[in-house]
Amino acid sequence: MIPLLSVSDLRVGFGRNPQANEVVRGVSFDLADGETLAIVGESGSGKSVTALSINRLIDFGGGRITGGAMKLKRADGSLFDLMTATEPQLTGIRGAEIGMIFQEPMTSLNPVLTIGSQIEESFRLHRGLTGGQATAAAKDALDRVRIPDAARRLKYTPNQLSGGMLQRVMIAIALACNPRLLIADEPTTALDVTVQAQIMALLAELKRETGMSMIFITHDIGLVAGIADKVMVMQNGQAVEQGELNQILDSPQHPYTQHLLHAVPHFTNGGTTRSDGRRDKGAGTEPALKVDGLVVRFPLKSSFFSRATGAVHAVDGVDFDLMPGETLAIVGESGSGKSTTARAVLGLVRSTRGSFTVGARKASAQQSALPVQMVFQNPYASLNPRLSIESILAEPVIATGGRVDAGTRVRMASLLERVGLPKNSLERYPHEFSGGQRQRLCIARALMLNPSVVVLDEAVSALDVSVQAKVLELLVDLQREFGLAYLFISHDMAVVERIAHRIAVIYAGQIVEIGDATSVLSKPKHSYTKKLIAAVPTVDRRHEHFELDTRQVPSLVRPRGFEPAPARWERFGSDHMARAEA
Amino acid sequence: MRILRAIFSHGSGRIGGVIVGVYLLIAILGMLGLTPHNPITQYRVDRLHAPNGAYWMGTDLFGRDVASRLMAGIGQSFTVAFFSVAFATLAGTVLGLAAAWLGRRWDGVVMRIMDVLLAFPAILLALLIVTVAGPGTWTSIVAIGIVYTPIFTRVVRGPALSLKAREFVDAARTFGSSSSYIVTRHLLLNLVAPLTVQVTLALAWSLLTEAGLSFLGLGTQPPAASLGLMLSDSRNLMETAPWLMIFPGLAIMISILGFNLLGDALRDILDPKMRRAPA
Repeated sequence: MIPLLSVSDLRVGFGRNPQANEVVRGVSFDLADGETLAIVGESGSGKSVTALSINRLIDFGGGRITGGAMKLKRADGSLFDLMTATEPQLTGIRGAEIGMIFQEPMTSLNPVLTIGSQIEESFRLHRGLTGGQATAAAKDALDRVRIPDAARRLKYTPNQLSGGMLQRVMIAIALACNPRLLIADEPTTALDVTVQAQIMALLAELKRETGMSMIFITHDIGLVAGIADKVMVMQNGQAVEQGELNQILDSPQHPYTQHLLHAVPHFTNGGTTRSDGRRDKGAGTEPALKVDGLVVRFPLKSSFFSRATGAVHAVDGVDFDLMPGETLAIVGESGSGKSTTARAVLGLVRSTRGSFTVGARKASAQQSALPVQMVFQNPYASLNPRLSIESILAEPVIATGGRVDAGTRVRMASLLERVGLPKNSLERYPHEFSGGQRQRLCIARALMLNPSVVVLDEAVSALDVSVQAKVLELLVDLQREFGLAYLFISHDMAVVERIAHRIAVIYAGQIVEIGDATSVLSKPKHSYTKKLIAAVPTVDRRHEHFELDTRQVPSLVRPRGFEPAPARWERFGSDHMARAEA
Repeated sequence: MRILRAIFSHGSGRIGGVIVGVYLLIAILGMLGLTPHNPITQYRVDRLHAPNGAYWMGTDLFGRDVASRLMAGIGQSFTVAFFSVAFATLAGTVLGLAAAWLGRRWDGVVMRIMDVLLAFPAILLALLIVTVAGPGTWTSIVAIGIVYTPIFTRVVRGPALSLKAREFVDAARTFGSSSSYIVTRHLLLNLVAPLTVQVTLALAWSLLTEAGLSFLGLGTQPPAASLGLMLSDSRNLMETAPWLMIFPGLAIMISILGFNLLGDALRDILDPKMRRAPA
């Protein structure tokens, strides 16, 4: 039996001399009809380049295929050589035979065209449909990806739809011509966990319906368990291991696969939470940070002259406290208000109401309190590229009116050493460091002022799993050493399980459940917490079926003067409470 | 030093760099009066003399040495260009940073004023200012400076707005860094590259504008030499003494070519995003 796609010894290079700068170095695999191959690897492993080479999109990205063979079995059974095909031939293959979806649905669609016209384009190009026929086909395509109210949504422009909905639109476009092979390049990386579960469920269902083959590229080995038949693990441009799903996950042979499986945070429903530093009741210690009734609203104006007609209630009455040496994780989806809460604590966002007590000091709602420092999500954007590491670390000292003297330099050097960076880092510049190292630099910078509270806003989300694990370890060590309190903002339940003592689940600007990490993760009480936990992909959930849920997140826009009803809390155990549901 | 080496390994940068370098040398010699003859001395017996060994570029209607006047003119034009671009860079950077950093009303007011200035063609606006203030070297400098200020304001404001939203600025705020520290260290430092490119290109435009003003009699006043003035004087003698027009014309053209080549090269060198993958 001839495989649908056969790739042997694929080599791809970049730059002036592609042979010398090979990014993919001899990758071979076969893909049978209806089969799903997952390509797993960390950033820079060549997984995306491999995928882009299959439909030869790599030619537009500055890459050159330097060797190997790629054969695609066409619908009529003839073999098509992807290596020697001309660009016009490839245009006919792309979309019609090989569909593709990308990581960022927000940037993959043209913002000024309606989604309807963008779906219709595919039908016009490949099927020759026109006018009403194309519109009808577009509506069917949206129905197929389970977008409710499809006929009306055709007239929407991309900015009117959420990320998850846009990714469905992308899938609809990719599947418009019933391709027999779908390449999905990190299709859920930019999405929330619950939305990710939805997209994965949809892909699995569509695959069953159409019998297409799929190449699924991901950095998250936990995600492949639910969808793949075969797995290929890539490192440094080579396939270090490939085989059946169960074989790879249960008895990995290559050390790198073992390392990846070990490094990926396994979510165990609260089974592996931290055992150190539990808060002891009645100890009488002052909280490091106490937030009372925090409200952040952004007024909406319909025109320049009119008064505000309503407001976006980004954070609507959030209270929590944080003890020294404790980690409180705030989990929630994008748009839930978790980052806004963090930013309000730091004074980066003006809070509408509420008070913060930092240590013994009561800080007013509008002012940044210096014992609180922050580490940001993107290590590439949070360091000024034009400043040396020395200037970067000196900034907090200068900002607080200090002088950069010998003592400061000693402190810089010792902090750098403490976060595990080489001694000669001070005179270097940010671009000389990797993502993980930059995040360590950000941590060192945050510690320059001896803060009592550090806000970590998705601080490990942008890092590869193995780097992520090391940075988490470092954070735990530093917490023990300096007695730091962490406010850990994250969407990743598995990471949260590793670092949190307590968890606050935030939904639509309000905390719906808060309490001891083990208790919240093992016995979730609020329906949203349950949904969030059910959506976490893990290596152990093989081919599990997720329920498709097409409900939209409720709008946070409220009319003028709207106040939410006061929360009714139900208590479960000594440190666990959830908001009563209507 | 690193940047000089980069310019000289860049194809068009090398040409532009050499041209600009030679002009700078000529300009300095011209300003110091180290010319073959005195640029305003009238050698009455040699009026309208064609180029020869004594007068390399011939003489004009009053018997003045064209080569010497050209050198003095380049000196004069470069002086005006450098000061006016310095003025525009300073004013534009301050206004652009203020608009971006203060935002809201400041941004609106500053940018609308810049829009009004931009609505006028450069030479027309410069003419307007010079007519009101009276001709002369310093009024030319201020007029040309004002004309090119909006371009710098825009060049600064756009990137400054995007830098302002970057996380390192947020990080700086969490330390409590002062606004002036953030604006100078985090915004301005990252704007050096686009500003350098813009300065080079603006030098070319302001040379041209200065020549235009002098041509119309509103820039440098006779008997001092200026490229525009020399071109203007040559108009009626185009057929009898073509050298009067050819040399200043070429001087203007080549200088602008030089600055543009240099500016393009700097853009390639300083902006990594502009570096194309080799074909």
